[in-house]
Amino acid sequence: MSIWEYANPVKFMRTSGAVLPWVVAGAAVCTVTGLAWGFLTPEDYRQGSTVKIVFLHVPAAMMAINVWVMMLVASLIWLIRRHHVSALAAKAAAPVGAVMTVIGLVTGAVWGQPMWGTWWEWDPRLTSFLILLLFYLGYIALWSAVEDPDSAADLTSVLCLVGSVFALLSRYAVLFWNQGLHQGASLSVQSGERMSAVYRYPLYLTMLGFGLLFLSLLLVRTRTEIRRRRLAALQAREMRA
Amino acid sequence: MIALLRRDLSLAVRAGGGFGLGVAFFLILCALVPFGVGPETSALQPIAAGILWLGALLACLLSLDRIFALDHEDGSLDLLATSPLPLEGAVAVKAVAHWITTGLPLIVAAPLFGILLHLPGAAIPSLLVSLLLGTPALSMLGAFGAAVTVGLRRGGLLLSLLVLPLYIPTLIFGTEMIRRGQDGGDTATPLLFLAGITAGVLALVPFAAAAALRVNLR
Repeated sequence: MSIWEYANPVKFMRTSGAVLPWVVAGAAVCTVTGLAWGFLTPEDYRQGSTVKIVFLHVPAAMMAINVWVMMLVASLIWLIRRHHVSALAAKAAAPVGAVMTVIGLVTGAVWGQPMWGTWWEWDPRLTSFLILLLFYLGYIALWSAVEDPDSAADLTSVLCLVGSVFALLSRYAVLFWNQGLHQGASLSVQSGERMSAVYRYPLYLTMLGFGLLFLSLLLVRTRTEIRRRRLAALQAREMRA
Repeated sequence: MIALLRRDLSLAVRAGGGFGLGVAFFLILCALVPFGVGPETSALQPIAAGILWLGALLACLLSLDRIFALDHEDGSLDLLATSPLPLEGAVAVKAVAHWITTGLPLIVAAPLFGILLHLPGAAIPSLLVSLLLGTPALSMLGAFGAAVTVGLRRGGLLLSLLVLPLYIPTLIFGTEMIRRGQDGGDTATPLLFLAGITAGVLALVPFAAAAALRVNLR
């Protein structure tokens, strides 16, 4: 039993089909209770009710970065072991990641308007998220521009590798360029930095919920991609016959 | 490799516009900026460094699709791929040729356009050094973008979308260096970062570009 068995599309379809309802249910339960719980938390003494945006903002931002990392891993697997499911999963993940980035940026703007007095500030964190969004858009555009699916998978994988290096480089280059307004991490494992427990537990729950939400969207979209690929193969066979 | 370089250079010169167009675009951009922001020194001076770098970057972008497109059309790219010269080497040479035909004229013209934009004389050396160090990275990254999009019919716009985010670190350190030169600050830190990025790009990106080319030639 190894993880590479799931590189077989049939096996992947069977397992993901069985797992999917549970993941969807888990995502729904965690996200809904987490957000509702977050909505009912008391108001912060300085930030007032705007503090509640954190329950959307932080999980979305976290997923925006993690989705890119997942795409990087999937691209590497495709380049090294040429498993089609991996390439399709990377393709399926990209729009989800882009939407997560947009959610992070928009909720940040909505929060920043009353708190910092501006919708947008060229702060390093905000800027690097905008750059991340550009990388997502380029990646999605390249997928849709190349017709041959295998070439598209190869080219986007190479782009993802190069893009990862430059996204990381830009992340630290913008630190050099402008000092930020954005507060530091409110949750950190190493430094033991913590927000109050009132906000922490619902935040954990929404983070878990967004992770499961991404997983369910990823599975659905990958299954769609596999079906689309099968359909194209069937059509090609019919054309030949 | 030298033969390939010589071939690319003479092609660029004889086809016309290889040297001229990029610089002309750069000039037009620098001439348009005062119309947009006003002719006062107080308005132009703070943004001169940024405009010069952006102009160089966009002028470089304009000619990127020509790096591989013409060779791809007439089939000489396939010959290059099957020649004993590794494709990585061919990519690097083509990027160098692109840099000589667009980057170098831009660097020569930049001090002149700096004066147009009221860039103080003290900043000219750091302008020259930053462009000299930064533009090779622009050409090399551009060659990567051109390699990815070479087979596509609507490649031009996609090429800009793919390449421009990759230019951000170079742009940041390039303009920062000029700004520090302008204020008489310490230019060593951005200089080292810029040199590091360019060295890393020149060493590693040919492999990515060659991998993309091999996919497109398959």
